[in-house]
Amino acid sequence: MSDERRLPPVTQLGMLSLALIVAGVIYLSAHLPERVSLGPAIALLAASALLLVGNVVALRRTEGFAWGRFVEVGRWALLAYAIIAGLIEYVFLRNDTSGGPLVVLSLSLLVFALTVPVLIAFTVARYDDAAPGPNRS
Amino acid sequence: MADVAVSPHGAVAEADLHPAPQIPDFEIVPRAGLPIVAAVVVLLVVAIAVDEKWPLMFLHVVAGATWTIIDLFLGFVIGPILGKLSIPARIEVTTRLMPKMVLIMPTAVAVTLAAGWQLATKLGYNLTSYQYHGWVVASFIVVGAMAVIALGLLEPANIAVLTELKKPRPNPEVVERLMKRFIYTAGATGLMQVATLVIMTRLATG
Repeated sequence: MSDERRLPPVTQLGMLSLALIVAGVIYLSAHLPERVSLGPAIALLAASALLLVGNVVALRRTEGFAWGRFVEVGRWALLAYAIIAGLIEYVFLRNDTSGGPLVVLSLSLLVFALTVPVLIAFTVARYDDAAPGPNRS
Repeated sequence: MADVAVSPHGAVAEADLHPAPQIPDFEIVPRAGLPIVAAVVVLLVVAIAVDEKWPLMFLHVVAGATWTIIDLFLGFVIGPILGKLSIPARIEVTTRLMPKMVLIMPTAVAVTLAAGWQLATKLGYNLTSYQYHGWVVASFIVVGAMAVIALGLLEPANIAVLTELKKPRPNPEVVERLMKRFIYTAGATGLMQVATLVIMTRLATG
């Protein structure tokens, strides 16, 4: 079966990345609009972004991964989740969120809007027939 | 209608012995539903812009109820039924039900969250001085946990099973595995929706 190829734990790491970003947004949302220490939210954002980057790097090194299918599905998912992230960003802007909290929230939403399409595209592509890897395409 | 046959990869002999079930033609993302989604998004943006209590409450309650009911219904009613259906019936239900979920669920979740946050800001529910702020934060945590499961497991399984069924020769093992993942995660989020109901009714009654 095509999914029996050795693949990095993209779903597990992606879910962890998503959980960290959600925790950061919950932390900020629980304190806004009052003053809030950004340290925990920045730490969660950085850890989440690192996991996302690590996930993509690990996937890039995978031989025979169906990149064509990954990109095909990922770009549409990215469009959908960019709209969703944009809506959430709009609500924060509408309520005069500004400065550090806005930057951290915006970056968190960016990581969110990238992580979910990676998870969707990976889940579809892992069951696709083996295709030329990134180095060969 | 372009029908395709389900059979394991390369299992021609087996497919000859056991006729493969027919898969009805379907769209992974139903294009007919996109204008409706666009209209809902426009309504949401307008409701947030005008910042009136009723439109925000309407959108939050309608989208939230849709999200809650679908999770509970899928997890505890449709899921167990689906598991007991014959393979052809399961494919028939899947190809008709799951494309709709691709549009309905992300829309319901986005509207619930965006309208809910705006409403909480307007009513002062997200201020730490609010009497039931702890309940509000609890709802954030429950929704966050549901979001991680839904976005990390459920939604990818939904798209992947539909993509698999679109192939000329879908792999039944993959379809089975992804459907199980979809049903189990829908059940898990359904359980968490009970917590949402407790929190929301607590907040509504004060």
